[in-house]
Order: sequence, then C-alpha cells, then structure tokens
Amino acid sequence: MTTTNRIHAEDLVDFASAGSAGPRPFQSSSRAARIRRKWYEIIGLTLPAVAIYTLFVLVPMGFAVYYSLFRWRGSGAPSDFIGLDNYIGPYGALKDPLFQSALMNNIKIVFGSLLIQGPLAIAIALLLNRRFRGRALFRMLVFVPYVLAEVTVGVMWRLILTNDGVFDTVLRDLGLDSLVRSWLGDPNLVLWTVLGVLTWKYLGFAIILLLAGLSNVPEELSEAAAIDGAGWWQIQWHVTLPLLGPTIRIWAFLSMIGSLQVFDVVWLVTTQAIRSLGAANTMATYMVSEGFLARSWGYGSAVSVILFVISFGAALLYQRLVLRRDLQGALTERS
Amino acid sequence: MASTRRARAALAALATTTLVASGCGGGGSDQPSDDVPYDSPVTLVWWHNASEEGPGKQYWEKVARDFMDQHPTVTIEIEAIENETLQRTRIPAALQAGAPPPDIFMVWGGGEIIEQVRDGDYLKDLTPYLDDAFKNSVVALDPWQVDGKQYGVPFRWGLEGIFYNKELFAQAGITDTPKTMTELKEAIEKLKGIGVIPISVGAGDNWPAAHWWYNFAIRSCSPEALRAAANDHNFDDQCFIKAGELLQDFLATEPFQPDFLNTRFSVADGSAALFGNGKSAMELMGDWFRGTASTFASDFDGEKSEYVDRVIGWFPFPEVEGAPGDPTAALGGGDGWGCAKNSPIECVEFIKYLSTLEVQKGYAATGSGLPVAKGAEAAITQPVLRQIADATAQAKTAYLWLDTTYGATIGNPMNAAIVKIFEGSGTPEDVVNAMKAAAAR
Repeated sequence: MTTTNRIHAEDLVDFASAGSAGPRPFQSSSRAARIRRKWYEIIGLTLPAVAIYTLFVLVPMGFAVYYSLFRWRGSGAPSDFIGLDNYIGPYGALKDPLFQSALMNNIKIVFGSLLIQGPLAIAIALLLNRRFRGRALFRMLVFVPYVLAEVTVGVMWRLILTNDGVFDTVLRDLGLDSLVRSWLGDPNLVLWTVLGVLTWKYLGFAIILLLAGLSNVPEELSEAAAIDGAGWWQIQWHVTLPLLGPTIRIWAFLSMIGSLQVFDVVWLVTTQAIRSLGAANTMATYMVSEGFLARSWGYGSAVSVILFVISFGAALLYQRLVLRRDLQGALTERS
Repeated sequence: MASTRRARAALAALATTTLVASGCGGGGSDQPSDDVPYDSPVTLVWWHNASEEGPGKQYWEKVARDFMDQHPTVTIEIEAIENETLQRTRIPAALQAGAPPPDIFMVWGGGEIIEQVRDGDYLKDLTPYLDDAFKNSVVALDPWQVDGKQYGVPFRWGLEGIFYNKELFAQAGITDTPKTMTELKEAIEKLKGIGVIPISVGAGDNWPAAHWWYNFAIRSCSPEALRAAANDHNFDDQCFIKAGELLQDFLATEPFQPDFLNTRFSVADGSAALFGNGKSAMELMGDWFRGTASTFASDFDGEKSEYVDRVIGWFPFPEVEGAPGDPTAALGGGDGWGCAKNSPIECVEFIKYLSTLEVQKGYAATGSGLPVAKGAEAAITQPVLRQIADATAQAKTAYLWLDTTYGATIGNPMNAAIVKIFEGSGTPEDVVNAMKAAAAR
C-alpha cells in the first residue's frame, strides 16, 4: 500500500520535470497557459475537499480549543473564562485520577494490542499464505469479526461474558468451574477481558493487511532461498519477514492510533460503574462521560484536545522514527 | 411549520398594534400587549416525550384538541420526541439555535432548570400567572423554582420507595414490612436463609446504587443543609459524610446480589429482571419500577405482568436510626412543562390546564405516570401505584433526586464516588470531595 503511494508520488514528480525539460518551441505562451491550467486544476479539484475539511474538521477543532478555556455547561454562550484550568487547574483533567487511569488503560491497550495481535497475526498470515484446501474460506472467516459493526460486537460479547452467561456456562460444561470469573464485574480483571474482545475484533484486520503484504513478496526470493538449501522456517525468518517489515510497521501504526481512540467496544462491553471506577475507562469514554453526559462542555472539550494532542504526537513521532524509511518522499520531505 | 407560526405571530402583532393604535393602549409603549390571552390567533408548538404509540401519546393529543375546542384562537402543534433525544439533543439545540424554540417543552427540575434560567435565560417566569388556588392544587412545585420564582410546572411526580415480593417475604417468614433499618437488616438475614437475593441493585448504571446514599443523606441532613447544597453547591455540612457512613454500615450486611458492579437496571440481565423473575426480594426505585420489572420478567413469559402484579408490594424507605434529620423525608422525581421566554401568554394558560384535576385524572388513568394534582390519584386503579400516589400526596417533605438537583456536572461524579463505596475502595469523604471538585468544573 505504501510502496504504491510512493511510486505514484515519484511518477508525478518525474512526469512534471520531464515535461518542463523537453523541447519548447512556443515556450512563453504555451508554458504560461499550461501553468495556469495546472493551477486551475489544483484549485478546482482540491477546493471542495479543502472547504469540507476546513468546515467540518479544522473549524470544530478550533471551537474545541476555544470552549476548553471556559467553564461552560452548554446553556447560553460560554462566558466564564478560566484559562487553562480545565487542563492543569486543581480540578483539571490532567490532575484527575480518573483521567490518569484512563490514559494508563489506553497505554495498556496500545501495548497489549501490539504484543498480542502482532505475533498472532503474523503466525496466522504465514499459515494462511501456504496453499491448502479451503484457504479462501479460512481467510474469509478470519476477517469476519472485523467486518462486524462495533456495536454488534460489543453487545454480543457483553451477553457472552456476563455473569452466568454463555462463556461461564461453557466453562462449567467443560468441567472448568474453577476458571469461572466475574469477567466484566471484577475491576482487576475487566481490562484484560476488554483486551481479549479487542483482539478478537481486530486480529482479522492485521491478518488481511499482512496477507496483502505477503502477496507482494516475490516468489523467486523464496525459491532462490530454497535452492540454496533454506528450510521453511529459515525462509520465513530471513526472507519473508524482513520484506513484510513495511506492512507490519503500518499495521502497528494503525493499531496504535485505534487503541488510543478506542471507544465503542469498551463503552458497550463494560458498565458505567466499572468505567467510573477507572477499571476499564479510556480517554474517549472519559470524554463522553465527563463532558457530554455530565454536561461540562468546556471540560469535555479540554479532554478532547488532550486526546488529540496525544494521538497526534504519537502519530508524528511514529512517522518520524519508525515509518521514516517507508514513507520517504511521500509524507516526509524528499532527500 | 416555523414560517406559518411566524406569519401568524406577525398577524397577531399587527392585530394587537391596530388595537393599541385605535385607542385601547395608552401605556406609551408601542409593544403589543401580551397579557390578555385569547384576543388573537396564536399557534403553540408543543414538544413532549410520549413518543411511543399508546395511551400516553393519544391522551396528549386529546388534551390538545380539548383545549383548542375551548379556545378557538389557539392552535397547538404537537411533536412527540423520544425522551433522551428530546432532553439531550433537541431542546438544547433549539434553545441554542437562536431561531424560535418550541413554546411548550418538557423541563426537568433541579439543576437542569437552574442552568436553563441562570445561564441561558430561556424560560418564561410563570410566577405572576399562578395564584394561590393553583399552587395549593398541585404537589412538588419546588423543584421547578429558581431563585424563588416558578419557571416550570410538574405534570408527573412520584415518591421513591422499596418494592418487595410478597410471596418471597411470606416464604422467609417476614410478616410485616420493615419500618426501621434494624427491621430491614433482619429481613435481609431471613431472605438469605431461603436462598434468594435480598435486594437487587443496578449498580452498573451508577445511579440506582447512588439512590441508597441519597436516602441516607436526606435522613441525615437538615432542610437548611440540603437547600445550601441545592442552591449554592455547598457540601460542607457533616451530614453528607454521615450519609456515607450509614451506607457503609448498611453494605456490611451484604444485602445485594454478587457482581452488582456488572448489573445494569433495565436490561435483560439487569436488576429489574432479577426482581421480575422472583430471584430478588426487594429493590429501591421510583414509581416506574412496576412497569420495568414486568417488562423484563422473562422467566414468566406470557403471564409475566400477572406474576409481578401478583407479588409486588411497596413500602417507604425505612426510618434510619441514628440519622439526625427528618425521619419521614422522602425522595421523588417527575417531569414538568416550561414555556419559552418569548412564548405567548396562552402557553401559560395551557400549562395550567395540563395540571388541572380533570386533565390529571385522565393522565393518571393512562398509567403513564403518577399525577400531580391533588385528588387525581383516585383515578389510579393499580394497587401498588395507588399506594405510592397516596404516600406522594401525603408527604410532608419530598426532595428531587439529588443528582438531578445538583445537575449532571456534579451528579455524575457524585454517583461514581458512591459506587466506589459499594465496591469497597471509596470512603464517605471521597463522595464529598468528588462533589466539590465537580462543582469547580
């Protein structure tokens, strides 16, 4: 996916420079016209997108920053200016233990997702990349959870995991009574339960990405390695995995951003009580509870700004440090 | 719709101005006099929450028709909107928008109406239009007052109490409903003896658990302390700590179902279902509980409503020994109507009409909620609801749910801190601190 992006970008650049380097008999008039037309095209084609982006993304973000400087309950215009108190005041978000627990939970979900889903997805993708009967069916089945709507997944897992629900019944029927737990009611356990549901939901996405990456690994390399006497494991480890690197790095990026912003599955699987104890809340659920439901619009806006800064900062750092090589020429400056 | 209304308003204004110009005025103001109802055609837009097809919705349509028949100058346009959407999205958006909001809309008492009046100045002051005869004819006007003025009028109000299962009580050998906390604790032990959950609570939703604390608080606090808390968000009185201590004391008897943190109130595996299916013997809740318990009584499919109606009983929250406040103080909740600030005077007349004994009797008969007009409770036939209505009409002091009273900004963190006491890691002081912190947001 990234490689094709890069090729496109370079193609465009090459095409433009080739055009200007060619013979130009009617240089002055035709060149000016061409440049004009190019600018009309650029403006005409990007203006709708820029306008919509500005109106529905940038302007609301500006409003969020503005509202976050007020104590505002949503009635009348915001008038009680309190500066940065919603962020760092004595009762500001960054000092609220419940927000801190939300941030910690997000970090646990980020690393939990990477460490559990990553190796699992790679293993399954390598397995599904081999030729066998019913491969297409397996590939489809693995992807099903990701296609399901988050709401469906949340409600379904809540019904399965609730006290004396399907999961507990199955455990009992298997004679594993000692494993039965209050999966969603025990504050010490519930985050791991949520992580399990998230893994089930998003594993398919990682696998599909990796399968797409694997299909770009040239068969000749594996064959060459095989001729040189490498076994299947050696081929995977020394040939396939290194070539899969860009795909893995992009998946990790998407997984990280998704984990930082996760809301729906957590909201549906856990109760308000569990979230407000700090056992399984995330920054996004905290924002909805303390901002929207508690009608503290100023405070909620501050939380949303913090969430944005953290996600954006993490994305930038990741791009600069990890994706640098993969994105060269596309998102970073050309060198 | 809005344009018709504006056109008619303009027409009305024109008609009134003509009257003023032809000599009826004389106050020196060229504003049309708005204080005489029914002198010109008006259209009232009415938003209510009886959105589901049924007797409740049909009844409001009938009431509007009756009023229009009595007052031919008035046209009422109804829009029925689902409760949460109405309160959380439509009304706030309409009030913020700047375009004329609906004339009559549902208003919640306590913190909500305080914010609508103090911060937004959205509501019409009804005080000059309500005489003593009207004020004496309905209960629970207080929660719709702001700074001593009446900005809303309730149409539904009921007290909270403990619903119990008569059959399970009989099995456990409990002959009389508990009058004191000591008796309640004895009942809990007896119910444990027959292997049922003594009390179910939807603590997963936070507020059903918090209601236990509320009841301890209103029995611990003086009316002055509760008023200071409601009006000025002053939670310094020691009685709020005392409430937490009483709650801890009660929780020590382990009266609730295990896994209550994961139990919600009105879902298929919720606390109301535990009661409706005969698995728990008691639940503390407002007057809607009978309906909720019937809805989720899945184990008795086909005759579920009959099962609940056969076994359900009600008693007020027992006297709390050692609580320094009023031993009969009760909690309650309801819904009210308000008029938009610039709505015509006919709006006020219509709100008053909605609280008359006649209209309220019909409302009570629909089973949608308990009436506010004194005497209308006679129209209730269901025994438990009748019992609650009688208690409601006789109550000396009734307080609105404390989370509603303080507004969601304080109410939600307060509820969360109370649940922490339920879970075991919170302290009575934490609740007060959480309320103070939220008051600063």
